[in-house]
Amino acid sequence: VSLENRIGSLKELEEVRGVLVDRSDPDRPVITICTGTGCVASGAETVAESFRKAVEELQLGEKVEVKGTGCHGFCEMGPLVTIRPSGYFYPKVKTGDVHKIIERTVLNGEPIEELLYTDPMSEQRIEKEEEVPFYKHQHRIVLAENGFLDPTDLEDYLQIGGYKALAYTLEWMSPDGVIGFITDSGLRGRGGAGFLTGQKWAVCRSQPKEPKYIVCNADEGDPGAYMDRSILEGNPHRVVEGMCIGAFAIGASQGFVYVRHEYPLAVKRITKAIEDARRAGFLGENILGTGFSFDLKIVRGAGAFVCGEETALIASLEGRKGEPRQRPPFPAESGYRNRPTIINNVETWANVPHIINNGPEWYASMGSEKSKGSKIFSLVGKVNNTGLVEVPMGMSVRQVIFDIGGGIPKGKAFKAVQTGGPAGGCLPAGLLDLPIDFEALTSAGTIMGSGGLIVMDESTCMVDIARYFTKFLEEESCGKCYSCRKGTQRMREILDDICEGRGTMEQLDLLEELGQTVNLASMCGFGQNAGNPVLSTLRYFREEYEAHIKEHRCPAGVCSALIRYEITEALCDGCAACAKLCPSDAISGEKNHLHIINDELCVKCGTCLDVCAKDAVIVVSGGGEEA
Amino acid sequence: MKRISLTINGLPVQVDKGTTVLEAARLYGVEIPTLCSMEGLSDYGACRLCIVEIGPIHRAKIVSSCTTRCEEGMVVRTHSRRVLDARKMVLELMVASTPGSKTIQDLAAAHGLTQVRFRREAEDCILCGLCVRMCEEQMMASAIGFVGRGPDRAITTPFDELSDVCRHCGGCMWVCPACMLRCMGPNAETTLCSGCLNFSPSCVEVYDHTQCWMPPLCGTCVRPEGDYLPAAGHVMNEKTKS
Repeated sequence: VSLENRIGSLKELEEVRGVLVDRSDPDRPVITICTGTGCVASGAETVAESFRKAVEELQLGEKVEVKGTGCHGFCEMGPLVTIRPSGYFYPKVKTGDVHKIIERTVLNGEPIEELLYTDPMSEQRIEKEEEVPFYKHQHRIVLAENGFLDPTDLEDYLQIGGYKALAYTLEWMSPDGVIGFITDSGLRGRGGAGFLTGQKWAVCRSQPKEPKYIVCNADEGDPGAYMDRSILEGNPHRVVEGMCIGAFAIGASQGFVYVRHEYPLAVKRITKAIEDARRAGFLGENILGTGFSFDLKIVRGAGAFVCGEETALIASLEGRKGEPRQRPPFPAESGYRNRPTIINNVETWANVPHIINNGPEWYASMGSEKSKGSKIFSLVGKVNNTGLVEVPMGMSVRQVIFDIGGGIPKGKAFKAVQTGGPAGGCLPAGLLDLPIDFEALTSAGTIMGSGGLIVMDESTCMVDIARYFTKFLEEESCGKCYSCRKGTQRMREILDDICEGRGTMEQLDLLEELGQTVNLASMCGFGQNAGNPVLSTLRYFREEYEAHIKEHRCPAGVCSALIRYEITEALCDGCAACAKLCPSDAISGEKNHLHIINDELCVKCGTCLDVCAKDAVIVVSGGGEEA
Repeated sequence: MKRISLTINGLPVQVDKGTTVLEAARLYGVEIPTLCSMEGLSDYGACRLCIVEIGPIHRAKIVSSCTTRCEEGMVVRTHSRRVLDARKMVLELMVASTPGSKTIQDLAAAHGLTQVRFRREAEDCILCGLCVRMCEEQMMASAIGFVGRGPDRAITTPFDELSDVCRHCGGCMWVCPACMLRCMGPNAETTLCSGCLNFSPSCVEVYDHTQCWMPPLCGTCVRPEGDYLPAAGHVMNEKTKS
């Protein structure tokens, strides 16, 4: 078979798939190496290269396949290597392990004890990927194929049933039927607002204006969130297929993928996917010989966070400054070039083919009452297993953080989790059993957002966190709405005051009032949530604000203006390690005698705390020792 | 023209299709404050003073009335408590950052603002964008526009260079809510509008050159001694020569 020529009909597609499946041997060992951005950063490229070289040296080219795949999600443990079909799983693989893995696991089919993953909770060695707690409790739909596919290879995608949903749609379904499917499935936008996708499509389809456009929003900008990136990098054809189906449903012939320029690998892989799909006849004129035409174009965003807001994204697509405008009219009525436009998030598009393949009932059977299906979260921060997790909607925060995430490192206590990115809010330990769905999160004062989960432990100061996120929002606000531009600036100023010990109780009231006004008076989803970091921390951690103001004390020992470092006499053995490293020469003392920190010289960098082998250095705030 | 029925503050009203909520309210004598909306210029919605509540009381959405078109059966409340509180807070932010504008001060006074709890700044420009739209839509020059975002957002010429499409019509200044009361037009040649003395000549700082061409000069560029700059065109030639 050749994918160089356009596949002209559905029959041809099935023939091609048949040949591909026949040609592949399910028992042939495949060494899959994660080549997502996270694993590449920890050296996956070199590991993959050594595997290829080793296979060549041992002349195993016929028998063993080496495959660089998309992100497996367990980024903490990269580079990840899984041997299929046996499923043996090796984290943190080094080039030195390569020969051992090939000889013992690939050829002899036995696990290598010392390279296996050790569960930090039970301290058990775990052999297979699916038994690792991080994967075991997940329910993967969109991410499921990432570990099996070479994202640059269309044949791989076709083999697992790729473009089947598109073919089925074009052959058997009417546009209204597709919209009915999506509506019945209960799929809601994965970009944050959670609008019913089917309903949005129906509005767009009913518009008389032509032409219509569809857009994939891949302008993912939340700090610490990278689900969209991993989908585009790991399974780009799924997104292309989803967009094709969406285009058929609403009657569009042109689509755009709006992706950040800061995602070079994602840009590269989606570009390749679009070219391959076009060559093979899944994009362009007369797709699969059905007369339906649709093509995709990539537009790269220049890095403004607010361009993830749909009306700002449209402005940017049109070549104008990325600035939101008031809705209504919604883009589904009047969007790109004032034509009806459907904008969906990467994850939403990637869900579409699965819904067509498995039916709306299947999708609606997962999740909670109003939030259906699964959602990918990027679990980061002070948690043992950081990475991408896909779970059914309605799973509790506790399950995600403790069962999948493996709890908090170094035995520290959980303090809060920030959901929904910078404009989301923090949930305290008391709400750990909250189910993760759109309604529950909103009622708790935060948002689903695009799925960031930043876990914080007891050593995090919530006022400092609110200040960090508010500063981010201040800088990323487009500045159009006075309330948002000045409001975020003034909130940050007040938070600066509180963190530096100048705050007053009146300012605290003002802060709350201001946060509410920013949320109320601003135009777009960015501004309407810009008060959330302040409001949610005030709601759940007010006593921490009060400690900063009334007692000039930072309970977590973070705010540098409110803390001092002290050396405990009983523990200090006078090794002088701290004095040697202190950048401001603030530590004095004779060798083998107690050292003393001069507060006037101390810049509070914390180096002494880190370097002390005896744990003699402590943080003091407001008269007492802190965490 | 199709007529649309809606309720504003409990009063049933009828307007033409395409009318904004702000226009409808004004038509029926309901005054909604605004700084960035002007007849003849497109809607923008930046100042957030014209916000109103739309929809049933418990699920009401707050939108800017200048950018929202009337719809059949719409329920609008222009002066609810939430709206008034939010407007007052926005005005407090404005007075703190742009203390010298009489327009803003008058609005703040009318909304019962008696204290400003934020640190005072001297920003002058509230970035309402009236000048940008005036220049583009009425003067067909597009000499100025927005640059930057967040704290860096500003209105300027492309690359901060002296504009070669600016005709020095002064339209930008005429619409500016922050400086229009400083530049009321023909005063006696020797009078200064007192308000201006509080302002630093920002245009000279940016361009090394005055940009204020509406006669008489607005005064922000006047030296403290009361020493007028020569006529505008002349200044430009002088600078270009040197």
